[in-house]
Amino acid sequence: MPKDNGIGASTKRREDVRFLTGTGNYTDDINLYGQAYVHFLRSDVAHGRINGIDTAAAEAMPGVLRIFTGADFEALGGLPCGWQVTDRFGQPMKEPKHPVLAHGKVRHVGDPICAVVAETLDQARDAAEAIVLDIEELPAVVDMRKALEEGATLVHDDLTDNLCYDWGFVEENKEAVDEAIRNAAHVTTLELINNRLVPNPMEPRVAVGDFNAASGDSTLYTTSQNPHVIRLLMGAFVLGIPEHKLRVVAPDVGGGFGSKIYHYAEEALCTFAAKALRRPVKWTSTRSEAFMSDAHARDHVTKIELALDADHKFTAVRTSTLANMGAYLSTFAPSIPTWLHGTLMAGNYTTPLVYCNVRAVFTNTVPVDAYRGAGRPEATYQLERVIDKAARELGVDPIEIRRKNFVTEFPYQTPVAVEYDSGDFHRLMDKLEARADFAGFAARREESKKKGLLRGLGINCFIEACGIAPSNLVGQLGARAGLYESATVRVNATGGLVVMTGSHSHGQGHETVFPQVIAEMTGLDANMIEISHGDTANTPMGMGTYGSRSIAVGGSAMVRATEKIINKMKKIAAHLMEAAESDIELRDGTFSVAGTDKSVAWGDVTLAAYVPHNYPLEDIEPGLEETAFYDPANFTYPAGAYACEVEVDPETGRVTIARFTTADDFGNVMNPMIVDGQVHGGLAQGIGQALLENASYDENGQLLSASYMDYAMPRADDVPFFSVDHSNGTPCTHNPLGVKGCGEAGAIGSTPTVVNAVVDALQSGGYKVDHVDMPVTPSRVWAAMQG
Amino acid sequence: MYGFEIERPTSVADAVAALGADEAQALGGGQTLIPTLKQRLAMPSKLVALSGIAELRYVRREGDVLKIGGGTTHGTVAREAAGNFPGLAALAAKIGDPAVRNRGTIGGSLANNDPSACYPAAALACGATIVTNSREIAADDYFQGMFTTALEEGEIVTEVRFPIPEKAAYTKFEQPASRFALVGVFVAKYADGVRVAVTGASNDGVFRWSAAEEALSGSFSADAVAGLAAPDGSDMISDLHGSGAYRAHLVGVMTKRAVVAAG
Ligand SMILES: Cc1cc2nc3c(=O)[nH]c(=O)nc-3n(C[C@H](O)[C@H](O)[C@H](O)COP(=O)(O)OP(=O)(O)OC[C@H]3O[C@@H](n4cnc5c(N)ncnc54)[C@H](O)[C@@H]3O)c2cc1C
Repeated sequence: MPKDNGIGASTKRREDVRFLTGTGNYTDDINLYGQAYVHFLRSDVAHGRINGIDTAAAEAMPGVLRIFTGADFEALGGLPCGWQVTDRFGQPMKEPKHPVLAHGKVRHVGDPICAVVAETLDQARDAAEAIVLDIEELPAVVDMRKALEEGATLVHDDLTDNLCYDWGFVEENKEAVDEAIRNAAHVTTLELINNRLVPNPMEPRVAVGDFNAASGDSTLYTTSQNPHVIRLLMGAFVLGIPEHKLRVVAPDVGGGFGSKIYHYAEEALCTFAAKALRRPVKWTSTRSEAFMSDAHARDHVTKIELALDADHKFTAVRTSTLANMGAYLSTFAPSIPTWLHGTLMAGNYTTPLVYCNVRAVFTNTVPVDAYRGAGRPEATYQLERVIDKAARELGVDPIEIRRKNFVTEFPYQTPVAVEYDSGDFHRLMDKLEARADFAGFAARREESKKKGLLRGLGINCFIEACGIAPSNLVGQLGARAGLYESATVRVNATGGLVVMTGSHSHGQGHETVFPQVIAEMTGLDANMIEISHGDTANTPMGMGTYGSRSIAVGGSAMVRATEKIINKMKKIAAHLMEAAESDIELRDGTFSVAGTDKSVAWGDVTLAAYVPHNYPLEDIEPGLEETAFYDPANFTYPAGAYACEVEVDPETGRVTIARFTTADDFGNVMNPMIVDGQVHGGLAQGIGQALLENASYDENGQLLSASYMDYAMPRADDVPFFSVDHSNGTPCTHNPLGVKGCGEAGAIGSTPTVVNAVVDALQSGGYKVDHVDMPVTPSRVWAAMQG
Repeated sequence: MYGFEIERPTSVADAVAALGADEAQALGGGQTLIPTLKQRLAMPSKLVALSGIAELRYVRREGDVLKIGGGTTHGTVAREAAGNFPGLAALAAKIGDPAVRNRGTIGGSLANNDPSACYPAAALACGATIVTNSREIAADDYFQGMFTTALEEGEIVTEVRFPIPEKAAYTKFEQPASRFALVGVFVAKYADGVRVAVTGASNDGVFRWSAAEEALSGSFSADAVAGLAAPDGSDMISDLHGSGAYRAHLVGVMTKRAVVAAG
């Protein structure tokens, strides 16, 4: 039975007290003595040659301390890319330089050209307006297909074309896949677009650079999901500051969804400028800047073919995708359309042959990188859409066709490198069928009809690779980083316990959930346990939070470190009770000798460790502090089955989500309430992508949807009351908690569910529509209905 | 934002005097103007806040006319017009969110004349009179294309007079991001005929749809406008939220629905 604060309890989020009472400490709340402000002058054209930058008048303006340009960074490194993809021909991807400030050319609207540092922000903005730029506008490369045409304008003059890489996976299967498709009883083909998104965390990015002239140390306060990664990337690759001279602090962070993984120019600039000026330097992004400087998401153009035999078994999948990289390679950009995408193309199915071709393209747009789900939503969307289309073409039930092809035995080695360790897809579908009340659908459709609305039912299955990631594997795939996680557990003399974790909460609730795990392991009251995160000065080297990895990887490190603590405490307890170590048990915070009534309290043991008067000093060291680094043996594989019912207004094309039901397998669940919240948020984001959100560029590379006036974020009334379930999961077999991660599922599983439902609704009304691209806006639905 | 001075007069006379200064601009609820200033898209030397002028804030009925002070917020209209002119109150209740409604004013909305704003449709469909510190302007003369009105520099909208219709309703098809009107239609039925005004759809801003007016003046029913072609010659907006053809189609749908809603 879950206790009120152990594993499985829906403990209320302790961090919410400060978030909801305005006492959180976000990066923008940090103001340092003597702080100056930086304003970035950004390109308003998508592509242009910088012929001159005249800062003379601006420099003479009141309050201006210094104006930085690309020339100031010439001798330093550019922003690094953390993943090298190798193409179909064994060649490394093209990796053009990504300067901190534009140099020679500007390559997207929002590309920073000058950084004006002044006493006040208004002075910096005033001075920026006095800078005279001589920029010769060049034709903008926006459309990926045109970018790859012969003679297309080059985004990077030092490259021969706009292709970053041409990747094939599994390349050895290419011929076999082609043949399977040639010989198939039926082939369903679908061309689709996975729409470009702007992540839009509630808190825009902020950076404050500081330099201590006495010690020579630099500090960067930043809105990051992974301060250690920023420290390494910025220190080693951009500014040349060794880690011991650089501290990166990411305090409370108001959402990231991936966009705060990457190392951005503004962070390097603030750190650099603080040292140059001997003044703290602060930058706070406006929402408008966020639209043109935060890494964007998705943006794939895909053709997928699904081959089936006469018995409707899937025999092969072949995909061809253009993936937009934007103007530069953001930190993990190349990995998203490849290793986080191609490896999921088997889905929940036994399809034996998969070939996935991805061509990554440079364009004059904001760089694109990981965003909630990262590659896996793109994989799931196309696969589950094409399966749905196949079911319609063949006139078979969309659930039956999926069930017929489910993987049923685990572990299961897919043809796309990954091995699923556990799962039960039939059970998920059973649960979904029961909970979504498919039996009542026909009646609900009739009710909708009476209101003049078309009701559709969409279903979807998905699997994701989470708990990122086994370092040796990702190393082989091109990662330039390890993807372990770390934790140091410190127990103080009076018994309180602090976990210093490399995971970093930016809203997930680590401060609540991590203590629940320790409470379960030790029997301590959760309020004796504190989580410390976000500061490289007091946490061990860790890789941060993304890819649904915190509890699966960070939590595992914490468990291992806690086990070390418990083992040491048992040794001390054995000494104190003059018993054999193997007889010591820890229960409810008390150490006792098995089969006796001898016991010693938690606090007596911790005190003995720090006041080691009666202590086995010859065998063990004093103190109670242990660190563990955990490198996962495999990815984790959360899976789910989702159902969505929509109502389409045939007069206006407007789509309303009427019901949304989920059945998720997250393995063991630590805090069901928080997991519900993660699913809700993911669903809202997926529904946002499916119905509302679109980063739309015109042919000149101007972002048309550059504010909330035109970029539609999902709001509370755009989503229904969700019915979610994640009970009785199949535990992960290779991590100590049996957890799989839950952060991305909603965003991965929802887009095809919604679009499948819309197509079902339209077809039920007699409209011959087999696809509508996302976002499925009223105008697009209406246009599709006009044929 | 650039630096500016601010004055807070407490009477219309003082406000008009303050607006005589070079580059001075009236500040209503600030729901349009403040974002514009924040983006440095406007550079007034002085803002004259109208929010301290009590004589600009009221909703009152005089005979068959509902009079609303130019400084009255959308929220107040939503509450206080509900009894006398529910169609107008419902329109006000769907502008923006509570924060916008508690600051944004009818005078600011009509002065701004955003092509997607809601109030212009009501004013034009009702044949309202826009009263300023110096004159009275008929709605038919007031709206002169998107973001353009008959107001002179420094002129303040002090009151809007709506002849109360027998039946009326506003239907708004929301642009998904801003939730302004992608197409909004206000239908107002009077003893001497029906007036229909359309917002959101046209590059020329709010306009009257005379074909629908004629049809509905003959028979005030959804059937009367069913199948009626969307207005000719009104240059429909085409943007990422919908083509001109889609908007033209929605004008018909929203008009029909407004008639049904008006009862
Ligand atoms: C999030 C959001 C959502 C919105 N949604 C909608 C919507 O759905 N529908 C809709 O119609 N509107 C919408 N609006 C706009 C809102 O209604 C504004 O309040 C309105 O357009 C302007 O009114 P204001 O009083 O705020 O004017 P301000 O912003 O203060 O001023 C706007 C302009 O009018 C001038 N002005 C102000 N008052 C007067 C006056 N009495 N006489 C003469 N000139 C004056 C100012 O000088 C300025 O040029 C929205 C706004 C926001 C921020």
